Amino acid sequence: MEFLRPRTWNEAVAVKAAHPEALALAGGTDVMVELNFDRTRPASLLDLTGVDDLAHWALDGDVLRLGAGVTYSRVVDELGFALPGLATASRTVGSPQIRNRGTIAGNLGSASPAGDAHPALLAAGAEVEVESVRGVRHVPVAEFFAGPKRHVLEPDELIKAILVRPASGPQEFAKIGTRNAMVIAVCSFGLALHPHARRVGTGIGSAAATPRRALDAERFVSEELDWQGRGPLPDGVARRFGELVAHAAEPIDDGRGTARYRVHALAVMARRTLGWAWAAYRKG
Amino acid sequence: MRVSVTVNGTQRQVDDVWEGESLLYVLRERMGLPGSKNACEQGECGSCTVYLDGVSVCACLVAAGQAAGRDVRTVEGLAADDGAHALREAFVEAGAVQCGFCTPGLIVAAHDLLERVPRPDDAEIREALAGNLCRCTGYEQILDAVRRAAERTVG
Ligand SMILES: Cc1cc2nc3c(=O)[nH]c(=O)nc-3n(C[C@H](O)[C@H](O)[C@H](O)COP(=O)(O)OP(=O)(O)OC[C@H]3O[C@@H](n4cnc5c(N)ncnc54)[C@H](O)[C@@H]3O)c2cc1C
Ligand code: FES
Ligand code: FES
Repeated sequence: MEFLRPRTWNEAVAVKAAHPEALALAGGTDVMVELNFDRTRPASLLDLTGVDDLAHWALDGDVLRLGAGVTYSRVVDELGFALPGLATASRTVGSPQIRNRGTIAGNLGSASPAGDAHPALLAAGAEVEVESVRGVRHVPVAEFFAGPKRHVLEPDELIKAILVRPASGPQEFAKIGTRNAMVIAVCSFGLALHPHARRVGTGIGSAAATPRRALDAERFVSEELDWQGRGPLPDGVARRFGELVAHAAEPIDDGRGTARYRVHALAVMARRTLGWAWAAYRKG
Repeated sequence: MRVSVTVNGTQRQVDDVWEGESLLYVLRERMGLPGSKNACEQGECGSCTVYLDGVSVCACLVAAGQAAGRDVRTVEGLAADDGAHALREAFVEAGAVQCGFCTPGLIVAAHDLLERVPRPDDAEIREALAGNLCRCTGYEQILDAVRRAAERTVG
């Protein structure tokens, strides 16, 4: 095995082009488990923690650029205001030790249907900035996942950053697990109000082959809400929204829960998160 | 490969490190620092908790090569630290140590908490120690120990 340790982003991209088989290594909270248990033996490891620039975030015009090296802890500590949905999701990840090391980009790289960042990124309408020696492209998070634990990155590509607009309205994240810490979601749900566009964004986790949006639910609720007058939630809207979210899921039975339970729980989480977010919006 | 890393203030160099090897393995098996424990090797138990550049992490999930050029502080490196001393005494007094396997990881995690939040409430203590498993005590004594240590260090 080779241990490749670029010091700059350009070097990292060049190394990935020369070693397309190299496995990128960020916080290691997924990769090292695979290595420790002999489940994977990549020809080489491409450590990205030596690229200092990656661990930064900054506002770039009206978009927030979250470098691929930014950890959950940094999001919790520094971005609670700008990205409340992602920060709430980040607080539920693993333990302090895992959050101190694990990155949002690594969550995308693992592309688990249960990854906690995904519903929040979907609801916020985030894009993944992907780079190779061939150039840069931007992939909406909704198009990033190709199947369970699969994504659309080419072998020579790396995630450089996640691009997301700072919240212009309330955002919520809800997760079902067997306890409060250290759990993979049984299922999860992210919701973001985008008052300027009069649109509601959603993200469903761990209830389909990939994380996904609930498009019909988004369209329905975006039209029903009294954005201008900030009036109360119209009768039955939250319930119908929950049904449509549940409808968008295609869960399976597995060790963590049954498909039936997941559908039920999603409807409840969708209803509740909409209620919380709308109440916050009405207060202004 | 060769890995150079500062451990507990001393520059150390080890050779013939396998590229996929964890920092935990290097500390325990190559540097003779068995304080950090190895139980799960998957980030679940926290018994391998160390500081990496001042941030608490599971040493089993850090590749040795990622620690190169960085600063590692293990439970051994907390021997002369006042806060850790207060924690150790409080752990003994509160009965928070039975078999002791989880203790070094808990000392580092609790130390990290008290450095950031000198007077934590119970929710903060629980949250900070959520990544550390103990199979013996049932945790109440551990919470009690952290409370005692916090009272003492703040004075
Ligand atoms: C005890 C424990 C608890 C956990 N709890 C949770 C939880 O509650 N919720 C949750 O969602 N996850 C959880 N995880 C999983 C893991 O922590 C997350 O998926 C984390 O986001 C992975 O990030 P990382 O930086 O550690 O990635 P790594 O392990 O370094 O990499 C993960 C994958 O992403 C790829 N990758 C990393 N960076 C890049 C890049 N810049 N470009 C391209 N590919 C890249 C890697 O090649 C690899 O395939 C847990 C893991 C452990 C061990
Ligand atoms: S041995 Fe590292 S967390 Fe269990
Ligand atoms: S005292 Fe035995 S595991 Fe905690």
